[in-house]
Amino acid sequence: MTEEHTTGEQTTEPEQKVFEQIAAQFPGLAVSAFRGQTRVVVSRDELITLMQTLRDEYSFDMLVDVTCVDYLNYRGAEDRFHVVYQLAGTDSGLRLTVCLPLNEPDLNAPSMTALWSGANWMEREVWDMFGIRFEGHPDLRRILLPDAFEAHPLRKDYPLQGRGERHNFEVLRRGEG
Amino acid sequence: MAVAGMPEHFEGLPENVVVSRLDELGSWCRKNSLWPMPFATACCGIELMATGASRHDLARFGAEVFRFSPRQCDLMIVAGRVVMKMLPVLQRIWQQMPEPKWCISMGACASTGGVFDTYSVVQGIDRFVPVDMYVPGCPPRPEQLIQAIIDLQDKIQREGTLDGREFLSAQQQMTKRALIELPILGQGFSQP
Repeated sequence: MTEEHTTGEQTTEPEQKVFEQIAAQFPGLAVSAFRGQTRVVVSRDELITLMQTLRDEYSFDMLVDVTCVDYLNYRGAEDRFHVVYQLAGTDSGLRLTVCLPLNEPDLNAPSMTALWSGANWMEREVWDMFGIRFEGHPDLRRILLPDAFEAHPLRKDYPLQGRGERHNFEVLRRGEG
Repeated sequence: MAVAGMPEHFEGLPENVVVSRLDELGSWCRKNSLWPMPFATACCGIELMATGASRHDLARFGAEVFRFSPRQCDLMIVAGRVVMKMLPVLQRIWQQMPEPKWCISMGACASTGGVFDTYSVVQGIDRFVPVDMYVPGCPPRPEQLIQAIIDLQDKIQREGTLDGREFLSAQQQMTKRALIELPILGQGFSQP
């Protein structure tokens, strides 16, 4: 392996410089690094400004993934949910994880569809599975589960076998079809 | 020529005449021209394709004409797990198939939900549509599916009627085995 940047165990020096610059521009950010991967935790008020800056000034032109983590009963966790954005710069090769902590009952996050249109379906999936509402999303419907489904099944307090949704169908018999 | 058990009024027929019941004749025609509807949602579907392909050659048993329109089929082969978003589709396809029709539940997932004991996976399609044959396996080999089709042909020959009376009998409407709690080992197996 001769390629050094995102695959290495350590953050390389040019990467380090970029992340220090970002941290200087946004003093409220909590920046941490683990095995060459950098993560920032941002508040909801600052998220849109941060993402806009990252996209326009730091060339993070690709939103790789939007997902969510439920930290219910997690050791040492302070917030219930983290909405996780994975960013990448296709020219610079940089990668960055942006986390947005959310707590009940206010599970609203600003939508990223205005910045990256690819966020559309990923945010719909997070809404479907975790029940995070994305404000400003053009079409926030369920994407995987049936429309009539009521729960958000990837939450930790949802039972693995469901609440009877899988048995809620009419039974077809012979001679009726 | 008198044959034991033959009714009297058949005596005197020439030797090359075969006597049968109309129901048996109809079933004989039906069982040898099953047209399967492949409802393949998972890896069992790959084995289903192998069954229809040249190596295993389902054509040898008169059931090779896979049709992708339910209106041209009379045997639905459900191969793979069915989730709750898919079940209404499955039921609609079953309803679109013309009578008489049969259903094979292929593999552990279609029959019981298999390892997918989760909120979205239906725990056995026989809870919601009638099933004639269950094929165990994960996935079953093509030989097992062929055996199930042979057994189904046998069942059609034994039970079939021209007007489909067998589909209305009490036994066909019975609650399926998967819905009844299975006896605990050692308690339910003592009777002959």
